[in-house]
Amino acid sequence: MYRYDEFDAGFVNERVSQFSDQVYRRLAGDMTEDEFRPLRLMNGVYLQLHAYMLRVAIPYGTLNSAQLRRLGRIARDYDRGFGHFTTRQNIQYNWPALKDVPAILAELAEVEMHAIQTSGNCIRNVTADHFSGAAQDEIADSRPYAEILRQWSSIHPEFSYLPRKFKIAVTGAAHDRAAIRVHDIGLEVRRNDKGEIGFGVFVGGGQGRTPMIAREVREFLPEADLIAYTDAILRIYNLYGRRDNKYKARIKILVHETGIEVLKQDIEAEFERIKDGALKLPAEEVARIEAYFAMPDLPARPATSAVLEAAAGADPELARFAEVNLHPHKVPGYASVTISLKPIGGIPGDASADQMDLVADIARAHAFDEIRVSHEQNLVLPHVALDDVPAVYAQLKTLGLATANAGLITDIIACPGLDYCALANARSIPVASRLSERFGDPARQAEIGPLSIKISGCINACGHHHVGHIGILGVDRRGEEFYQITLGGSPDETASVGNIVGRGFGSDDIVDAVEKVVDTYLAVRTDADEPFLATYRRVGDAPFKEALYGA
Amino acid sequence: MQQIVTGNRLIDGVVVFRGPGGSWVEAVDAAEVLGDDAASEAAFAAAMRDFANCVVVDVALIDVKAEAGHVVPLRLRERIRAEGPTVKSDYRPDLRPWDVRQIG
Repeated sequence: MYRYDEFDAGFVNERVSQFSDQVYRRLAGDMTEDEFRPLRLMNGVYLQLHAYMLRVAIPYGTLNSAQLRRLGRIARDYDRGFGHFTTRQNIQYNWPALKDVPAILAELAEVEMHAIQTSGNCIRNVTADHFSGAAQDEIADSRPYAEILRQWSSIHPEFSYLPRKFKIAVTGAAHDRAAIRVHDIGLEVRRNDKGEIGFGVFVGGGQGRTPMIAREVREFLPEADLIAYTDAILRIYNLYGRRDNKYKARIKILVHETGIEVLKQDIEAEFERIKDGALKLPAEEVARIEAYFAMPDLPARPATSAVLEAAAGADPELARFAEVNLHPHKVPGYASVTISLKPIGGIPGDASADQMDLVADIARAHAFDEIRVSHEQNLVLPHVALDDVPAVYAQLKTLGLATANAGLITDIIACPGLDYCALANARSIPVASRLSERFGDPARQAEIGPLSIKISGCINACGHHHVGHIGILGVDRRGEEFYQITLGGSPDETASVGNIVGRGFGSDDIVDAVEKVVDTYLAVRTDADEPFLATYRRVGDAPFKEALYGA
Repeated sequence: MQQIVTGNRLIDGVVVFRGPGGSWVEAVDAAEVLGDDAASEAAFAAAMRDFANCVVVDVALIDVKAEAGHVVPLRLRERIRAEGPTVKSDYRPDLRPWDVRQIG
């Protein structure tokens, strides 16, 4: 994986000492809250309902075991023994004391991590497919490009005060696991008929109060133009994006109000002006960054594993885990293992310090020291020999990390909601826990098949409800929690925004309502091979409306 | 309308309530309950001096119902601030989960 050079290390250390001094001055009374707030936000420190919250960047969701172990240590020493992995592949600590934040940031810097640009109107953590570098179906590893974008966008002076925050996602495969079409910029690695690498470029996607699917502005952008073209998009956005209304400030609104064709002309004109300048990406530089992400040396193995087959034959739970939580690897005899942070009835995305230590140990022993965080709030071991899966599973099981539900109905995305978040209108986690318990029976989950439930506690949509097959949005109706259901959302290459199916449900009724939707699907699907989304797209809202609200 | 003054302690962010005599306390039941507008205004003004003096941040007056020694904020958001998250957690034995229907 990428290692800091002297510039990265020097810069991060400098920022730690700068912010330490700012915290010291604030606590000493030499700075007002108005003066301090923007400085703490630039370093990932929010004030939430119960305490400060520190959001730590995990670039493109990639960690090594030393970093994960350090995240666990911080949870244990400075927080309440756990951390929360987010839909942007970051980790949040819910209870740090402001006085401890300088020490936490110093601990992070020791393992080449930081909390810079995890808040504010800047380019945020660049996210990527969590199976990057391992997935059988990818054209190329997306992380080197994400890293190049990270280097270009880190404290970029021109893009530090954008109209609003800006999120970029990269996928290396045509099958989009990084939700690129609901990002401000989405990049899909493609290969042209000459065998050259380039990008499909999508602009103007986003969720929040005005969900939009991104528009394709380039079918094939040559690799060498990646930074120049991205820079051109940011410049046009910085120039024309609205600053008069926070709710209309994202690039999706600019795309919508200006029209993609006009905006594309502006982007292309700016690109034409700068494309042969300093931003041209030399092939040697791409190769230099790619070398950091080289596939570990995976010894050749048979495509199937007698060890795994024998162990699975003797243990139905292991068999289910292997069937559900393994993803095809590009090297025969290996798989990517999803470690579900969605125990039945638990809190989506939470991991204890002990769990982080355990995953770090397993990664070191069995997974070539690599760990990923997925935007679905799970962890992934990208490279595991099939022969090692029984041992990995047995260790995961000791701390409740072996839930076999990747991609199934209990693999729920949920934002922190009103239990933690100062912006939320309703709680998300208890709804996720109750749904998980309702559908937790493995046989029932298997019968239902691939189905995503995504829950947000307010219209900001951190829980991605717009792109859930079943989306749930919590609202406050005269002091009561109320939940709206949307159907048919999808974050992949067939991206769509879910439709509101009708009036919302109270907290006591929402779980039954979702069950009615699921039972309706089971009744109207052609057969067990037609997944929920396909059924919904075939039959539309009508049967679900009827089940929920009567004829 | 009964009110109390709340905020977060600057140094660690912990939720606190303004108690009798102007101290800041962590237990909502120990908050000074303000019975009229004049009392609320005076307490809020005093709390804002503590904000200016870098003791607390996010100072606010909130509506409560006080009876039998218990102070219960009216809005769910404020009840969650006072009582902690409602969700069960395997990792936080110090904080018990609670059911919003059990209080108030």
